[in-house]
Amino acid sequence: MGKFAQLIQDIEKLWDKFGDVYLRGIRSTLILALVATAIGCLIGFACGVLNTIPYTKKDPLPKRFVLKLIRVVIRIYVEVFRGTPMMLQAVFIFYGLPYVTNLQHRFDSIWVASILVVSINTGAYMAESVRGGIISIDPGQTEGAKAIGMNHFQTMTSVILPQALRNIMPQIGNNFIINVKDTSVMFVIGFPDFFAAHRSASGANYLFFPSATIEMIGYLTVTLVSSFILRRIEKKLEGDASYELAAADQLVMVAGTYRHPGKGEHLAERSKELERDGK
Amino acid sequence: MANNNNEHNSRSQPILQIDHLSKAFGNNKVLNDIHFDVYQGDVISVIGASGSGKSTLLRCINLLETPTGGEIIYKGVNVLAPGVNATKYRSHVGMVFQSFNLFKNLTVLENCVVGQVRVLKRSRDQAKQYALELLDKVGMAPYIDAKPRQISGGQQQRVAIARALAMDPDLLLFDEPTSALDPETVGEVLAVMKNLANEGMTMLVVSHEMAFARDVSNQVFFMNEGVIHESGTPEEIFGNPKRQETIDFLARFRNT
Ligand SMILES: Nc1ncnc2c1ncn2[C@@H]1O[C@H](COP(=O)(O)OP(=O)(O)O)[C@@H](O)[C@H]1O
Ligand SMILES: [Mg+2]
Repeated sequence: MGKFAQLIQDIEKLWDKFGDVYLRGIRSTLILALVATAIGCLIGFACGVLNTIPYTKKDPLPKRFVLKLIRVVIRIYVEVFRGTPMMLQAVFIFYGLPYVTNLQHRFDSIWVASILVVSINTGAYMAESVRGGIISIDPGQTEGAKAIGMNHFQTMTSVILPQALRNIMPQIGNNFIINVKDTSVMFVIGFPDFFAAHRSASGANYLFFPSATIEMIGYLTVTLVSSFILRRIEKKLEGDASYELAAADQLVMVAGTYRHPGKGEHLAERSKELERDGK
Repeated sequence: MANNNNEHNSRSQPILQIDHLSKAFGNNKVLNDIHFDVYQGDVISVIGASGSGKSTLLRCINLLETPTGGEIIYKGVNVLAPGVNATKYRSHVGMVFQSFNLFKNLTVLENCVVGQVRVLKRSRDQAKQYALELLDKVGMAPYIDAKPRQISGGQQQRVAIARALAMDPDLLLFDEPTSALDPETVGEVLAVMKNLANEGMTMLVVSHEMAFARDVSNQVFFMNEGVIHESGTPEEIFGNPKRQETIDFLARFRNT
């Protein structure tokens, strides 16, 4: 019990001195994880769409070549960034830019460098998830869209991606939580995240264990709260299984008495009425 | 209502001419040298055994499958020629599927709005008004905010018809629109289709509903092994079929 009291005491000591360092660290970690997950998703969706542009043997050769090339490039991107540690990717990109440009360019902001690395890494994982999400959508959805004259881009944005997004919500959440934890490796290029706070706080007074305890509690709180929120969002996206007619009862009555007017005359009033009364 | 082709020929150009159309999947020749014309207001029923190529014919007509031979001439233009915009052509030819294929992420109303806005570039208000009008016509106005999985198969199919109508198609293709439905909801869909036919919509209907083929259409095609084996008016096909396969098919149908 004495040890526990000691731990509490040490934590208090640390918090008094470094509380704002920890808090700023958590804030940076959260912002980095959020921004990078969002950008990573965009990259993943872009790759998923480009990767699934259909082509047939009948298409002209240049089109087939370009589409094939796009698929190969995305494949390489995915393999490289999933097959190497993010910590190494950070070092590789951070020091690589000045090296290959003969010091013409370098990362002035550690934020830009970190967001870039984590986004690209997340994008590689999301590209596969999105591709899987797109492929798993019933082909009838695509045919329904094609049959009313939608092109690939319209089909994707109006029909397929919203459904794929719903299906891969759990993976997006998962990626976010992984990013909250794994952005800790960005300390190698000097990013001031939550784990970096531990290094500066404990380095000053050798209270490694108490500081690590703060970190454990901090990370766990963030990930638990995130999973809770994500599950709520998933539930909400699922929606109800049945449809209540209650709000539309008045419509049923209108439907019977209403004589087909020309397009856009009485209907205009009626739809305005609906907007006011309905929903 | 029953027009025949001779009457048409002197009057107008066909909307659609199917000329020597063939389709093979690998070595499997599914359609062989199909040819027929579709005129404004035609209601053509396509009957035939499962596997005879009926679905493939419809899917070739709106280019969901690429034919391996022949021509599809829409208002005088061969849509299989290189450089023809297949997407644009498809927006003029509606398709109603056996499995409805309503967009699962959109409400009933949005299903009928999205194509108008994105493909035809109508304003959202205009599209909504028209969608409401059409949904009312198919009896689905009370369900505008429902998602497809919240309504029955028959209701989904009626929405699918409204969705196709919203594009103001010149021709509507139906691929066994009632085959996936519970028996009690078949009638409501057939009633909607019958209404459309009476209003003069040009329709090509693959169906096992023989009563519909007999009472509503002006032409019936009997398909067998990838060819139109016999065609004629409903009276000819149902009353006095000439070919043995047609007779056998219809007899089998009466027995089941
Ligand atoms: N995508 C496809 N790939 C290969 N074979 C197909 C494909 N679609 C249909 N077929 C074949 O074409 C033939 C005709 O099918 P279909 O047009 O669906 O007939 P129906 O609609 O009259 O039942 C069948 O033998 C079927 O196996
Ligand atoms: Mg079929």
